[in-house]
Amino acid sequence: MKERRDPDLLLFHAPLLRQGMTTPKAMRDVIIALMPATGASLWFFGLSAVLVIGSSIAGAVLAEWLFADRASRGESLRDATGILTGLLLGLTLPPGLPMWMAFLGGFVGIALGKVIWGGLGHNLFNPALLGRAFLLATFPIAMTTWVPAGPEGGFFSAYAGNLALPFMQVQVDGVSSATPLGLFKFEQEATPLTGLMFGRIGGSLGETSGLLLLLGGIYLWLRRDLDWRIPVSILGTVIVFSAILGFFDAERFPTPMFSLFSGGLMLGAIYMATDPVTSPVTPRGAWFFGIGTGLLVMLIRVFGGLPEGVMYAILLMNAATPLIDRYTQPRVFGHGVEKKS
Amino acid sequence: MKKNESYEEFVKGIWRDNPVFAQVLGMCPMLAVTNSAINAIAMGMASMFVLVGSSFLVSIFRNVIPKQVRISCFIIIIATFVTIADYTLLALVPKVHKELGAFIPLIVANCLILGRQEAFASRYPTRLAVMDALGMAGGFLLALFSLGAVREILGDGALFGVRIFSENFEPWIVMILPPGGFLTLGVILLFFNWFKYKKDEFLADVAEAERSGN
Repeated sequence: MKERRDPDLLLFHAPLLRQGMTTPKAMRDVIIALMPATGASLWFFGLSAVLVIGSSIAGAVLAEWLFADRASRGESLRDATGILTGLLLGLTLPPGLPMWMAFLGGFVGIALGKVIWGGLGHNLFNPALLGRAFLLATFPIAMTTWVPAGPEGGFFSAYAGNLALPFMQVQVDGVSSATPLGLFKFEQEATPLTGLMFGRIGGSLGETSGLLLLLGGIYLWLRRDLDWRIPVSILGTVIVFSAILGFFDAERFPTPMFSLFSGGLMLGAIYMATDPVTSPVTPRGAWFFGIGTGLLVMLIRVFGGLPEGVMYAILLMNAATPLIDRYTQPRVFGHGVEKKS
Repeated sequence: MKKNESYEEFVKGIWRDNPVFAQVLGMCPMLAVTNSAINAIAMGMASMFVLVGSSFLVSIFRNVIPKQVRISCFIIIIATFVTIADYTLLALVPKVHKELGAFIPLIVANCLILGRQEAFASRYPTRLAVMDALGMAGGFLLALFSLGAVREILGDGALFGVRIFSENFEPWIVMILPPGGFLTLGVILLFFNWFKYKKDEFLADVAEAERSGN
């Protein structure tokens, strides 16, 4: 138990001038930055977006509340990290996913991705991506069934899959469509760039509109909430890599712009890879981290068995983060210099 | 007093010193063959037979076995019982035998069994050794079963092959794959440790209350 001390007796040490940036504030900024993309997912997928994102947030917050000890329970809910994890996870899920699966994903993401490591700031992997990886391994069919944008009954109707009972399969065979990356990989069909930028395409809830995600990223950069080196190096690596591939065989490999705006790359590079807990602290490390992630993304997309590789790329680089941090420590002033004799 | 002692040796293996939950031994069969309850039970029974049989023999010969070559002697005794178990399973339940595959011969290398010979059976009289082996094997069986049951229910919607959910149950594929074994074992260990922690806390509270009362 913490002791409550008399405020008059509090002694502060330097620095007395403080930045005023706290975890809840940073988290709220990220949520605000995600609002355009969330709005777009509402616009494209109607009520389904509310149902899926809502249940994954509910799962994440419930896990946060359930596994916090009584003293810090309110605090861990107030800093909004649970809500942010749920929102990020929800944006990576397919719109037709049953609500109970989204709920389970949020719960597992927080429970196994965050609480079990010791709570905020101690986790090795990004909780939202961990939840998604769990869902993908557990329900591979439901997680790769994509529906075309816009449910049949208009804005206020949901996809039939959303309403499946807990533990039950999706009963109705809905119309399914493929994501641009899937189309490209398995049927050699490129999606026009405007569709990728503005988002009326198949795909998970939040990844369809590249431009709106970029907009949120710029807001975060202006607010100094994110390390610009990470998204810049990830996106840069992807552009360079696919340009080199296109140089060899322009027919077979995706163009740089297609690689950039398709799939979850924007969402992953701007909002997930930059998670301050699971990315390197040092500036040099951030470059390494971004370049590694970009390379892995392209390797999985082009040469791997899956159409999309952003999730696994970021999770793998998360695992390498402590190592990167260790080898990129800046020299402390006055230390580590060879003495001239 | 005597009776109490052998009872104590039996019970400690089931819960307090449970080979899986408390000692984290025998992880190889624990993770590999628990994708269904029936496999888990078969594995547990085979291990129980081997452990009890070899503890019995080792304890009888404990004064004859030279200290320098004791490990190889233990292994030969264990291997004898493993061979018996292997052929018995093959004769009685060929289907289960096929599913368990290489993991039956591998009982020889189960560190739980060799560990009990080294730590207990080679130092104590036969009756206690057998009780200890029964308790440890019982605890191992319990752990295997709890893991196998959870994984089969979630991964297949069934227990012992009997469906417990309706037809359109969505199977949790990950549960019957190797990662599901690690996940389930981790969660069960978590609950076991949490329970132990709560119990210690409770006992400390009681002791505190008694001290302040007196």
